[in-house]
Amino acid sequence: MSDLVPGAASTSMKHESALLHVTGRAAYIDDLPEPRGTLHLVPGLSTKAHARIVSMDLDAIRAAPGVVCVLTAADVPGENQISPVHREDEPLLATDHVHFWGQVMFAVVATSRQAARQAVRLAKIEYEEKPAILNIAQARENGSPMVWRSLTMQRGDVERGLKAAPRRLSGQIEIGGQEHFYLEGQAALAQPGEAGEMRVWSSTQHPSETQHLVAAVLGRPHHLVTTEVRRMGGAFGGKETQANAWACLAAIAADRTGQAVKARLDRDDDMMVTGKRHDFLIDYDVGFTDEGDILAVDMVLAARCGWAPDLSGPVTDRALFHADNAYFYPDVRLKSEPLRTNTQSNTAYRGFGGPQGIVAAERVIEEVAFATGLDPVTVRLRNVYGTGTRNLTPYHMTVEDSITAEIITKLVERCDYQARKAEIRAFNRNSRIIRRGIALTPVKFGISFTATHYNQAGALVHVYTDGSVQVNHGGTEMGQGLHTKMVQIVLREFGLTADRVRITATTTGKVPNTSATAASSGADLNGMAVLDAVRKIKNRMITFAAEKWSVVPEDIHFRPDGVHVGAEVMTFQQLAWQAYFARVSLSSNGFYKTPKISWNPETGRGRPFFYFAYGAACAEVSVDLLTGEHSIDRVDILHDAGQSLNPDIDIGQIEGGFVQGAGWLTTEELVWDPAGRLRTHAPSTYKIPACSDRPRIFNVELLENAPNREETIFRSKAVGEPPFVHGVAVLQAISDAIASLDDYRTCPKLDAPATPERVLKTLMALQERAD
Amino acid sequence: MRQTIRFYLGEDLCTLRDMSPTLTLLDWLRERGRTGTKEGCNEGDCGACTVLVVRLEDGRLNWRAVNACIQFVSMLDGAQVYTIEDLGTPDAPHPVQSAMVEQHGSQCGFCTPGFVMSMAAYRKTKGATADDQAIDDALAGNLCRCTGYAPIVRAMKQAMTAGPDRFDAQVDTIVERLAGLQDGESVRLEGPEGTLSIPASADDLAKILLADPEATIVAGATDVGLWVTKGMRRLKHVLPIGRVPELRALTRTSAGLRIGAAVTYQDARSAIAELLPDAGEMIRRLGSTQVRNSATVCGNIANGSPIGDGPPMFIAANATLHLRRGTEHRSIALEDYFIAYGKQDRQPGEFVEALTIPTPAQNSQFRVYKISKRFDQDISAVLGAFVIEMDDQDRITTARLAYGGMAATPKRASGAEAALLGRVWDEKALEAARKAVLEDFTPLTDMRASAWYRQTVAANLLTRFFEETTGTEQARLARTGGLVHV
Repeated sequence: MSDLVPGAASTSMKHESALLHVTGRAAYIDDLPEPRGTLHLVPGLSTKAHARIVSMDLDAIRAAPGVVCVLTAADVPGENQISPVHREDEPLLATDHVHFWGQVMFAVVATSRQAARQAVRLAKIEYEEKPAILNIAQARENGSPMVWRSLTMQRGDVERGLKAAPRRLSGQIEIGGQEHFYLEGQAALAQPGEAGEMRVWSSTQHPSETQHLVAAVLGRPHHLVTTEVRRMGGAFGGKETQANAWACLAAIAADRTGQAVKARLDRDDDMMVTGKRHDFLIDYDVGFTDEGDILAVDMVLAARCGWAPDLSGPVTDRALFHADNAYFYPDVRLKSEPLRTNTQSNTAYRGFGGPQGIVAAERVIEEVAFATGLDPVTVRLRNVYGTGTRNLTPYHMTVEDSITAEIITKLVERCDYQARKAEIRAFNRNSRIIRRGIALTPVKFGISFTATHYNQAGALVHVYTDGSVQVNHGGTEMGQGLHTKMVQIVLREFGLTADRVRITATTTGKVPNTSATAASSGADLNGMAVLDAVRKIKNRMITFAAEKWSVVPEDIHFRPDGVHVGAEVMTFQQLAWQAYFARVSLSSNGFYKTPKISWNPETGRGRPFFYFAYGAACAEVSVDLLTGEHSIDRVDILHDAGQSLNPDIDIGQIEGGFVQGAGWLTTEELVWDPAGRLRTHAPSTYKIPACSDRPRIFNVELLENAPNREETIFRSKAVGEPPFVHGVAVLQAISDAIASLDDYRTCPKLDAPATPERVLKTLMALQERAD
Repeated sequence: MRQTIRFYLGEDLCTLRDMSPTLTLLDWLRERGRTGTKEGCNEGDCGACTVLVVRLEDGRLNWRAVNACIQFVSMLDGAQVYTIEDLGTPDAPHPVQSAMVEQHGSQCGFCTPGFVMSMAAYRKTKGATADDQAIDDALAGNLCRCTGYAPIVRAMKQAMTAGPDRFDAQVDTIVERLAGLQDGESVRLEGPEGTLSIPASADDLAKILLADPEATIVAGATDVGLWVTKGMRRLKHVLPIGRVPELRALTRTSAGLRIGAAVTYQDARSAIAELLPDAGEMIRRLGSTQVRNSATVCGNIANGSPIGDGPPMFIAANATLHLRRGTEHRSIALEDYFIAYGKQDRQPGEFVEALTIPTPAQNSQFRVYKISKRFDQDISAVLGAFVIEMDDQDRITTARLAYGGMAATPKRASGAEAALLGRVWDEKALEAARKAVLEDFTPLTDMRASAWYRQTVAANLLTRFFEETTGTEQARLARTGGLVHV
């Protein structure tokens, strides 16, 4: 590593925009200078969960001060469809029916955002209400259709396995949804150009899809539309598909008025309209032994998908892919139920269904632990995937590198789990009102898009004659440090310092046909594409230098002090200039596709994941038995980032992922009223973790000496989603605290989110049993 | 009478004439190209729009972090405003900015300017320390979805050890320029979007209100701001009271504490805590630093909100409300102010002048418990505020058990109080009160909690009160300021 320049890949470097962030100079969509005469668009939302639109009287809006025009479905020049999975069932603007409270029915375009917001309230809409199906229970009762095919994964004979097992239990877990609460709300700015061109700046994780849908709603070919994003103010999956509508509406309005149009959502509208993490109701039936060995698992995973398919198919699939978490189930059957409801269309959210599957897997472990009287950690270690044997997943992929046992064992030692558990139990015996709990849970997370074709990426790198470098790739920056890591790859390969390498906004004009920056894959895919582009240029420079200075290519090295050409050392700039003069191309694209992967949903078999990322977390909490309030007193995490591309940034992902995951399972509660109106549509009512909710003691470490066994970018591992799952340890620690009420004889079956109310209800139920 | 609003933005004196009285500082800043200040929620909950408002008070500068999204420009008369653009540049960052970079305190960066402003303000707060809880309090009003806060707290701790910032050398200049704005003049601006009157005395205010009882009094705008940003209401006549000296007074006497209508929670907190230590603890969790820097104790009462945390607490403390209409003054028991949902005992043209909290009796026991989904900056599902006093035979002579979140108004649990009077404060008395309190209220189910939870907790908080006043056992979580387990 001594050859590496400061900040090179595999070492820590500050976020490439950090100084801009902290000084307020980093520009987001709404901060860009507005083109002359920019108009503002505000969506008009339905106020019924399910209804036929009898009439829409928008005249008062049209007459309101500042209003330029009002768009309805009839004003969409191309297709009025924005389904990201090409189903013709997700209209951009409602046509004859509305399918959830908050559906976009029309859009007001005005000279100011304030004028549009004032005017949008003047709509007179007559509805004929229809019965609304709001949740999983209602969907099942009413035989609501599924938004996507149900998937079953099976291996072995689960019926036989369950019957033959010496012990058997079944249960159900409810897992709530989650609002993304990216701090920057949805935003897009569209500017019409010549000859039908449309340029769209969008806060999107998926510029190509945004481009394609803008083209579709305008009825134009892709080449007329360019989408660009420099950075997002957070996304977490919430801008993978949910950014499209605003870009499309802004583009239609821009096309119609000939003016630039900005659509930036008010927070309440944003939360009312956009999809969230799917809530799940999961039934499990498990066969096991007195020693805590799981023999068979049968699970049905039902999800509230909302009114349209969006990404609910792959999300519910991924819940199945992770319903084993890190455990081998000898006989297994997992079935998804993606249910249609009259609510927001749920969408991608960090983990993409995986965390819900894992929460269910960990509930099963917890159940077995209580049933056998064993420590849950013991049960976990007995059931983790083996190496060589007991290593086949429910989707028939072999786990080649199971390191869960190693990670759990290390963390048990490092955080002194056993001694602390004993101390906590002693404390609880003498404490009537405050009870403490501890839990240690692992994560194994599959890395790759399960839609195999998504696992490709492109990059474009330019070396200029002064030796400065511009790098561009298909991934988007949403705070995760992707751009930083991409710069670091260039630094490492060229031996340059950060001031010589500039990363530019992601744009469909530079790298086309990109995949969403999602599934934790951003650095894996784009990093390899950037490396490919850089190495192409580097090889040309090496070939040139070898010829010019008559040295063998092996004697040319790009080092921190310059380019070594045999015994000579020259600056990168000198070499670039010489190469240019000799007519060597100093620009290249790069491309990458993930090897080894395949997945066939028809058979439920394949190798959907290139590799797995691992980790474990131990959480200690206190619970107030009078109110159900809790505090997170200590958290220890050991996480596998392979040979990390940037250890400091990866630790930031782990800390942030954990807190977000803990929030999902504790304070964050989505509440719809009986009419189907979301009542938690602002931070005043929807509570993401605040500063004081972070663990009082918070130790995060990366697993040492653990390069990826697969050939990923410098042997690193993806780190976006896996640490989110560590929040599960908090849920189970609260459960452990509650279990003290009947001396740890009964699984409390604590559902999520564990709000004070839910905790109180759960502990009182246990108390009654104990009495 | 002046017909302009004057304040400093950075180094520039801004003199505004034509403006809507409800134009928010955030919109105004962003219109001017100061886009470093972000809109995250437009309701004062996320802190992405945090700016520094500096005022000259009693000859010294007070530096306050406030939410620009619900601060009207018209409230800034006489102030110095600094935004993220004034703090530092990439070439010459402020110590807080350097610390945030070094500690990886930004990921997506959108919340970051707000955090930086809160952190810069915290460094200027009297008695600021690198203590975790103090930092949590300072940052409770800034939401971050990326980092999990740990690196931001590390940055705050680092910044506490850093040297002075660029403003430290400028104190005299700022004092001088703000002193120059203190002309004692009232202000009136009339425009197509409404009228603004800034009274400079209580008599002024009384006159204006008598003439136009429909005018909207604005103290901190943490509630009224949302009428505008979320309710899209147009207010015809806005009456900021922040410059009325009589209403700014905080007066301590042996009888109690009188809090003027323009006194913020932040400014009143330590004085309230001296009388009622547990109230100080609750106020620490009420809103956030930014909200408490704007929100007033009396505004929390005057609006009659059924979810305010102040009213039940002050009802339990037997506070008196002072009102004025024209030249007529009257004082009423605070609990009598709340008549029904949305209905208060305030006549047209009348305004709240002050609140008086009496000094508690020597043997008085006071506790207040705030129960919410999130510990900090959350509206209570239930708030219980309890006072008991006992005679020398340990019999309860006074019981004032007030609740928020249990009814359409903040309300005392009369049945539970009756169950306690004359009894010794023991487990039997507790049981009687617990039973009675279930009959005292029929709360609603909403997004914050179910009726069941509210009822159950209303009773359980009496148990906590009993444990804390009679027992030795830890009866609330360490972070709520109770006993700390070792």
